[in-house]
Amino acid sequence: MDLLQTIGGYLFTDIRMAAPVLLAGLGLLLMNWSGLLNIGAEGIMLISALAAVVGSHFFGSVWMGLLLAMLAGAVFGLLFAVLTVTLRANQTVVGAALNILGLSLSTTLNRVFFGIETTVTKVDAFQVWEIPLLSKIPLIGRAFFAQMPIVYIAFLLVPLIHYFLFKTKPGLNLRSVGENPRVADTLGINVYRTQYLATIVGSMIIAVGGAFLSTGLLNFFAEDMVAGRGYIALAAVIFGKYRPTGIMFAAMIFMAGNVVSNVLQVAGVGIPYTFLTMIPYILTIIALTIFASRAVAPASLGRPYKRG
Amino acid sequence: MSVILEMENICKQFPGVLANDRVCFSVKKGEVHALLGENGAGKSTLMNILCGLYKPTSGEIRLEGELVQFSSARDAMELGIGMVHQHFMLVPTMTVTENCLIGDKEGGSIKLDRKEAGQRLKELAERYGMEIDPDAIVGTLSVGEMQRVEIIKALFRGAKILILDEPTAVLTPQEARALFKMIRALTDNQFTVIFISHKLDEVKEISDRVTVLRLGAVVGTHDIAQCSIEELARLMVGREIIFDVVERQHPVGDILLEVNNLSLHRLHSHESNKLLDDLSFEIHEGEILGIAGVDGNGQAELVECLTGIRKASSGDAIYQEKDLLHLSTRDIMSHDVSHIPQDRQKTGLVMPMTLVENFALQDYYKTSFGKRGFLNWTSVEERSSKLIQDFSIKTPSAYELAQNLSGGNQQKVVAAREISREPKLLIAMHPTRGLDVGAVEYIHNQLIDQRDKGVGIMLVSTELEEIMRLSDRIIVLYEGRAMGCVRPSETTIEEMGLMMGGRTLDEIRNGRVKEAPVENMVM
Repeated sequence: MDLLQTIGGYLFTDIRMAAPVLLAGLGLLLMNWSGLLNIGAEGIMLISALAAVVGSHFFGSVWMGLLLAMLAGAVFGLLFAVLTVTLRANQTVVGAALNILGLSLSTTLNRVFFGIETTVTKVDAFQVWEIPLLSKIPLIGRAFFAQMPIVYIAFLLVPLIHYFLFKTKPGLNLRSVGENPRVADTLGINVYRTQYLATIVGSMIIAVGGAFLSTGLLNFFAEDMVAGRGYIALAAVIFGKYRPTGIMFAAMIFMAGNVVSNVLQVAGVGIPYTFLTMIPYILTIIALTIFASRAVAPASLGRPYKRG
Repeated sequence: MSVILEMENICKQFPGVLANDRVCFSVKKGEVHALLGENGAGKSTLMNILCGLYKPTSGEIRLEGELVQFSSARDAMELGIGMVHQHFMLVPTMTVTENCLIGDKEGGSIKLDRKEAGQRLKELAERYGMEIDPDAIVGTLSVGEMQRVEIIKALFRGAKILILDEPTAVLTPQEARALFKMIRALTDNQFTVIFISHKLDEVKEISDRVTVLRLGAVVGTHDIAQCSIEELARLMVGREIIFDVVERQHPVGDILLEVNNLSLHRLHSHESNKLLDDLSFEIHEGEILGIAGVDGNGQAELVECLTGIRKASSGDAIYQEKDLLHLSTRDIMSHDVSHIPQDRQKTGLVMPMTLVENFALQDYYKTSFGKRGFLNWTSVEERSSKLIQDFSIKTPSAYELAQNLSGGNQQKVVAAREISREPKLLIAMHPTRGLDVGAVEYIHNQLIDQRDKGVGIMLVSTELEEIMRLSDRIIVLYEGRAMGCVRPSETTIEEMGLMMGGRTLDEIRNGRVKEAPVENMVM
């Protein structure tokens, strides 16, 4: 029974930790299928993490915080779309710029709103929604049915986005834009509008992941708090072979490394904790080296499209 | 037959080029109307306007008498105009059905009904005598099949007027004949076909009427029955051209290059699936060896192996007592080998560099170009000017960027650079692809000159006429294997076509296969 509880506990933590990476991965997936390569998830998550705390603090509701975070994400997405779709700037460079902008803007605004103090401004975080009966199931009950609402949203998005991409006409159209925008164009699809929509909606989903970091996992904003999760999400998309379910498992595997490192730290093994915290990142690198070459990316990913 | 489509005084101005100049073009219902013209005559531009991809600068389009305006391809499609592009507009990772459903708006539901659509596709295909597997992944189909998918796709979307842009460019003669049958089946059912081509025989064979374009303007529209091929040729190029066979009265010298059992395996794949499979042949001094075949049957790989760009898996290629397969590209080129690569814009030239720089690319390290790592620009420029003159390259100056030259002149730059090195072995791949008749003639004469000087030439081309005209011997490649080696005087276009479609010369001549398998070509 004890063992069951322990494993259930790990699973609970893993799912909770995986949620933000999963959300960021799903947001990136939508953009990728529209042919846009955005490495700026880290920046979008940072600015939305701050926006969530700001909204939560000034409006007194985590949900208002979430809304503000999504708005911030949408603005970043719009910026990315204008630069890469309309002005056809290099997508990697713009993505890198988003990361720098997200880091510096969130740091600056944080100090503007909350001052440079030693104590952080704490806000309300999301409450756990415990689903009656189901959460009492041994082993998986708490992991699956006693989480914060954003965790549920993240995992519900997996089948939803899968259905959208592979079972609906708009999904097929989106994928055709990512595979070959010229084909889509000749068949009467508005390529630019599709890419704008995918970027803005995708960035909003990434922003939900960012909001969860500061109003879910924690209840305050800390500078550079995303700590590479935006990049891990990027890796999760490739490792997950551009499929929502794949990304879900990738996120859970990568973040399991995080759980293991936490456990090892608590258990007090003789390894310095700085090495232990490297585990999820090392896992990511190993997984990418092994699997990246086999992933099938949308054929025109990263290539700007010019009409006519 | 009633007129279904009229284009009146269509003009299309691109920066610096008037691609269509007051073009008037009318098509009758149920006919095959050919649009004939050289490369750059404005055929594709006109059709891109018709299918909604370009907006005309001025002019009107009438469909069944009514004035129409397209702001997108979807507009044109909704009015029943479907285009089969030269480069297929298909997503290879998706199925046939999915490809047909992209952009489809029929029905209120956003759900993708693959089953229902697949059924409709099948029925449609059967009605016009084609078979089709709606669930096949497009990337696994042959080129001919992909083309059929394109046609079905257009029909599926309700096309009444079908535009085929150079449809036979990628087909074997047999596949082309199957296509012609399909076109007939369609026009019998009141579909209208616009057939874009620069191949005179085809136009003569398939079309009812023909409109000839030259330099963006209409030269005339004629009933095909009243035009001979020679007349069509004259209309198209504006002067008489001579379809002669090049004289081959010259002594062939010693063996220059001897290739033995050359194989190239696919990366991460099985033995059975080779890119090049056990090729053996030789090239003599003063001989042109033609390598024929449909694009993508190992030609590029063969050239890459012989020029040191790719490592062959096994075999050897003996040239001047050395094995080319174990030399670097620099080593090979420094042993009097020249290479005219298949794509002048991608691998032949550096487009944003000047002609002077492009001329220096191959031999820049030699002392005649400068010493101690410095280029002697004065002598490089002198050399460039001489080449521009000798090869009559049309350019404002030697310092013009390569990208600003026309395709023909770009090709001349590549040819000038490679031929001026005075090679003993010249490997030329698609040396005339996409060039107009004048430029083709020029390049051909250069090759013949080189041959007469004793240079051994390997000429890779998909243009059968070119191969038949220039080569002393021809090898046909199919899936990396040699189907046979023939002399142009001893073979027929039919035989070549069969070999390009995968029959060995042995099979054909020993009568084991009597007939081309056109009838039962299945998707």
